Amino acid sequence: MSRLNDANVAFAKEIIARYPRPKSALIPLLHLSQEQNGYITNDAMAHLAELVGVTSAEVYGTASFYEMFKFEPVGKYVINICGTLSCALMGSEELLHRAEHKLGVKAGGTTPDGLITLEHAECQAACTEAPCLQVNYRYRFRVTPADVDSLIDDLRAGKLSDEIPAHGTLAKVRQHIPADRGVGAVAPEAATTAPAWFDGKAAL
Amino acid sequence: MTGTYAHAAGFYAGDRPRIVTSRFEHADSYSLERYLATGGYQGLRKALARPASEVHDEVKKATVLGRGGAGFPAGTKWGLTPEGVFPRYLVVNGDESEPGTYKDRLLMERDPHQLIEGCVIACYAAGLSQCFLYIRGEMAHAQERVAAALNEAYEAGYVGKNILGSTFSVDVVLHWGAGAYVVGEETALIESLEGNRGMPRLKPPFFPAAIGLYGKPTIVNNVETLSNLPWILMNGAEAYTAIGTATSPGTRMVAVSGHVRRPGVYEIINGTTTFRDLIYGDDFCQGIRNGNELKAFVPGGGSAPWFTPDQLDIPFEGPQAGAAGSMLGSGAIMVMDHTTDIPAAALTLTRFYAHESCGKCTPCREGGTWLERILRRVVDGKGTDADLQQLIEVGTSICPGDFPHASSTRLGLTAVPFPYKMTTICFVGPSAYTPVHSALTLFPEEFEARVTKRTHIPVTAVGVGE
Repeated sequence: MSRLNDANVAFAKEIIARYPRPKSALIPLLHLSQEQNGYITNDAMAHLAELVGVTSAEVYGTASFYEMFKFEPVGKYVINICGTLSCALMGSEELLHRAEHKLGVKAGGTTPDGLITLEHAECQAACTEAPCLQVNYRYRFRVTPADVDSLIDDLRAGKLSDEIPAHGTLAKVRQHIPADRGVGAVAPEAATTAPAWFDGKAAL
Repeated sequence: MTGTYAHAAGFYAGDRPRIVTSRFEHADSYSLERYLATGGYQGLRKALARPASEVHDEVKKATVLGRGGAGFPAGTKWGLTPEGVFPRYLVVNGDESEPGTYKDRLLMERDPHQLIEGCVIACYAAGLSQCFLYIRGEMAHAQERVAAALNEAYEAGYVGKNILGSTFSVDVVLHWGAGAYVVGEETALIESLEGNRGMPRLKPPFFPAAIGLYGKPTIVNNVETLSNLPWILMNGAEAYTAIGTATSPGTRMVAVSGHVRRPGVYEIINGTTTFRDLIYGDDFCQGIRNGNELKAFVPGGGSAPWFTPDQLDIPFEGPQAGAAGSMLGSGAIMVMDHTTDIPAAALTLTRFYAHESCGKCTPCREGGTWLERILRRVVDGKGTDADLQQLIEVGTSICPGDFPHASSTRLGLTAVPFPYKMTTICFVGPSAYTPVHSALTLFPEEFEARVTKRTHIPVTAVGVGE
C-alpha cells in the first residue's frame, strides 16, 4: 500500500486548508506522495483523489503533465544533465556521454542496482554557471567530465547521503502557518465583498 | 575579485546602484535578522501608514516594468482588475525556466524576505485577499529558503493576521510546481495552481486581471518585479525613476552566459547599458573567451530572435531591441563565439520548445516536433535543400507573415521589428521557430553547406500550406 501515512495525511490536510479550493493542493500533495514512496503509484493517486475530492483519473490527468512525477520506480538518485543552449555551448553533451559511459546506461535509464537514474534535462536556470546538472534537484555548477566521474563515485560510496536526500524529497524545510497567525483560506464564492481593511483608510 | 560572493554563485556586484541585490554581499542575506538590520520591512511599514490607493499610485508613478518577459508596468496591471469585484488574488511567478535566465532563483535564495515584503505590499495596494507564491519545482533550495523566510515572517507578524499590528491581514502561501516550462505563462500558471494540467487559457477577451484564479480577478507578477517594491516604498517613486531612462526606469537583472570570459548575473541600470558594455565591459563579461570572435547572441532568453555583432551598440532597452527585430524577455543573453556550430546551437533551443509544448495548439504540438526532427536531420548531415524550405513552411504555419529578425550588413538585410503574428495561444510555438528562423536568416551559408541538393516538391502539392 502506498497511501499517505498518518503523519503525511495530517500534513496533507494542513496544505489543503491553505487553498480556497482543495484541488489546488494537488501538486504539493503529489510531491508529498512521491517523497514517501519514491514515485507515484495508482493507490497513492486514489488516496489523493479522496483527500481533495476529485476522481483518481483527474489526479493522473494532472500528475502526468508534469515531468518531475515518476510513475515507475527510479533510482535513489536522479541525475539531470542540462542540454539547453548555454550548457550545450559549454560542453554538456560530453558530460552526458561521460555519465552514460560511467553508469553503463543511456539517458532515461536506471542502473541495475537501482541507485542512479540518468536523465537529459532542459534549462535549469543556472545558465551563467554552465554546464550544470542536478542530483535530486540539488545543483552542481561548472561541471567537468572529471566532476561527473567523482560525483558518481561519491554517490556510489554513500558520501553524499547527508547533503542529498533520496529522490522524492524536495525542500527539506516546509512552510507552517501558525494557527493564531494565519488568516485562513475562504472559498471564492464566500468572499465577494472587498476585504474589511480595503476601506480607503491607512491600515496603520 | 571584489564584488563576487561564494554564496551567490554567478553574481557580480560591480560599482553600480543596486536595488534588488543590495544585500547579496551578506552570507546570511536570507535571514530575518539580516533583513531587519538592513532596512527590511520598512517599506511595508511606510506603505501601511498610507491608504492603499496612495501606495498603488506610488508604484504606478515608479513605472516598474514587469520582469517576467512582457515588460508590462506592474502598477498599471494592478489597475486592470474590474471595479468592485472580489476576491482578488496575487499569484507570484517564480517558475523561472526561460533558457538563459538566471535571476529569480537568485533573488528567492538570497533575499526571500524582500520578495515576501513585495508580495504583502502588492496585496495591500491592490486589495488582494490572498497570495500564492509559485516556485519552480526543480528549485529545491529556493523552496527551502522561501519556506524558512515565510515561517519567520509569520512568527514576527510581517505576514498573516493584523500585519505590524495594523488592520491589514493577508496570507502568503508557498506553492511549488513539478516540471513544466509552459507554466511560466501566466494563464498556464493559474491552471497549474488550480491543480490542473498547466495549459494556457485562450485570451483575449479575458485576461487574468479580470478572470483568473478560480475565475476571479488575479494579478500575476514576476519575482524580480515584486522584489523592487520594498525599495520603492522606502525611497519613493522619484528616487526610482531617477535611475535608468524615462521609458525604462530603475535597474534590472541580466544574466549573460555562453562564450564570454566572465559569465554572470548583473544588476544593471535600466535602458542605458548596451550589449557591447555587457559582453565586453570590464565591469561585466570582459569579452569573448580566448580572445575569440563574437558570432551571434540571443538578447532576451531562448524565445528571442538572435542578434549579431551589428547590434552590439543597441542599449538593453525594450522598445529599441523590439525595433531592431528582437526582445529583451526575461533578461538573458546567450553568447556564441566563432567556433559555434549555428544549426546545432539552434537545435538545442528548438528541441527545448518542442519538448515543452503542452500540446493544446496543433501548430505548436505538431510544428515544434517537425522543426526539431527536420533540423536534427540537417545537423546530422542527412538533410536536403528541401528540408530548409520545409523548415520555413512549418514555421510560417506557426507564425504567418514576416517573422522578426535583425539587420545584417554582411548579408544586406534590413530588420523586421518584433513581434510576430501567431496561430497559437501562447509563445511556446513561435519560440520553437525563432532559433530556426534566426539561424537560417543570419547564417544561411552554414545550412547550405550542410545539405545536399534535391528538387523541392512544394508541400502545396499535397494540400498543405497556403
